Amino acid sequence: MISGLRCYWKYLKISLKGQMEYRGSFILQMIGHFFLTLLDFLGIWVLFNQFGKLKDWGLEEVALLYGTITIAFAISDTLSRGLDYCAEYVRTGEFDRFLIRPRSLLLQIIGVEFTLRRFGRLFQGLFVLAWALITLNIHWSLPKVLLMFFSIGGGTCLFVGLWIMQATISFWTVQGLEVVNITTYGGVETAQYPMSIYEKWFQNFFIFIIPLACVNFFPMLEILERPDPLAFPAWMHWVSPAAGILFLIASIFLFRFGVRHYRSTGS
Amino acid sequence: MILVENLRKTFKVREKTGGKTGFSLKRKTRKVHALDGVSFSINKGELVGYIGPNGAGKSTTVKILSGILVPDSGTCVVDGLVPWKKRIAHVRKIGVVFGQRTQLFWDLPVIDTFDLLGEIYRLDKMEYKRTKDRLIAAFGIEKLLPVPVRQLSLGQRMKCELACSLVHEPSILFLDEPTIGLDAVSKLTVRDLIRKTNRESGTTVILTTHDLDDIEALCPRILIIQEGRILFDGAIENLRRKISGERRLIIDLKDSKDRITDSFVTVIEQNGPRVHLSFDPAKIHPADLIKRIIENHPVMDIFVENPPIEEIIARFYATL
Repeated sequence: MISGLRCYWKYLKISLKGQMEYRGSFILQMIGHFFLTLLDFLGIWVLFNQFGKLKDWGLEEVALLYGTITIAFAISDTLSRGLDYCAEYVRTGEFDRFLIRPRSLLLQIIGVEFTLRRFGRLFQGLFVLAWALITLNIHWSLPKVLLMFFSIGGGTCLFVGLWIMQATISFWTVQGLEVVNITTYGGVETAQYPMSIYEKWFQNFFIFIIPLACVNFFPMLEILERPDPLAFPAWMHWVSPAAGILFLIASIFLFRFGVRHYRSTGS
Repeated sequence: MILVENLRKTFKVREKTGGKTGFSLKRKTRKVHALDGVSFSINKGELVGYIGPNGAGKSTTVKILSGILVPDSGTCVVDGLVPWKKRIAHVRKIGVVFGQRTQLFWDLPVIDTFDLLGEIYRLDKMEYKRTKDRLIAAFGIEKLLPVPVRQLSLGQRMKCELACSLVHEPSILFLDEPTIGLDAVSKLTVRDLIRKTNRESGTTVILTTHDLDDIEALCPRILIIQEGRILFDGAIENLRRKISGERRLIIDLKDSKDRITDSFVTVIEQNGPRVHLSFDPAKIHPADLIKRIIENHPVMDIFVENPPIEEIIARFYATL
């Protein structure tokens, strides 16, 4: 484990060094990313400016949902961009290279790229979250602070899990991987709004199958001290971010299954 | 060291059926026997050439030996381990170089790849430094280390690739077309380094290549595979003898109008004064033949030669 982390750190340094070879491009991309994703939030702002409230949720509250899920997404995106190339590795046979190294495959794939320019989105998320926290009058307590971190951590795990699943599909087919983006990019967009505005089946999908609501909406209800429009018990709001971690573990098992398939078919 | 018995591997290949647009829901799969009962054994310290036409099963064998692929049936033990069952323990002991792909980080100096590999293989700091210094000196790549890989020539890069694959001092080295695309001088250098690694470190080397000069220069033993079966296993000399006992005699005559006629030889071609002859050493001893020719013709120079390996292999395929 320790040695794994050390190895990841080494990968990370090398990846950063590689990106610094093209420093100008990197800085511009990061700034570009910041403004591009900020546009996203401006869209929401315009919406609220026109209609005032969304099922009795104000802009500040939505900004809290938006900020936390965006931060989780940005961290996962920065960490695990390498998984995005998995389909390419499988197609070109480059994946074999990972199999002949005495290390965990996921460590190696994730290690390939630590995408610093994605920090643009992270700063944007932090920016929106800071605004929400300043504007909202939250009664803070230690459990609430911990829940906040738990929510972001759970969300990060969930998204990494989704990237891993997307990578896993590439062991069977290298086409149509964009389908998964419905749950990643689409998921971020979905989780930016309160779950209560969606249809029942859609809510269930994002609670029980891809537990986005568990890592974001439920814990945020507790932090805002709002009643749960879906009527789940309060304890569930406190433990629900763990669903993200479980999701990640499940995805790792799926990935291993995919690797077994790859090694027996060689495709 | 390596023991392979009755290895089989079948791939399903998808074939599109019907429809000129190439779009069809029906898909036929065809089975391809990549390996159809392959057996051989290789001792520690051997340098073996593994040859065969494209699609014969060379890379499938190498992939199974290096733990990438799992075969359908058969046994394979490499240095006491079954490669696909103990992947991590197994790959610590092997080095692999794919001539057509790179393991070096494109935008970074070679030394960075070196250091990362040291970390990946969990090498002890002192041990790593010792091996690194030794390899750098032996391969003469000191000056290349700080250069970003994208600025290296192919020959320079291949030297670094080889060095990198030896950082963890593997006991077995798999080389997949290590000289592909190299110029003549680089080819010689790379061959030298392979020979040196095999002799000085006792590394077992398995070399797949289409360059038969590589084989002739390096490998005392060759394995020929075709359609998933090993068709020949032994020394190149044995293959020569098996295919034809024939030898070549090249003679430079004093007079280019002179013609050699002798019942023991056949003239292959004549370019001015240079005549290529072939003869069977079982029927006449080379020394006697030379004597006969010198007695009858004024001669400038004489060479005895084996038929080139390309020709031997081509004839070998033709006999199948």
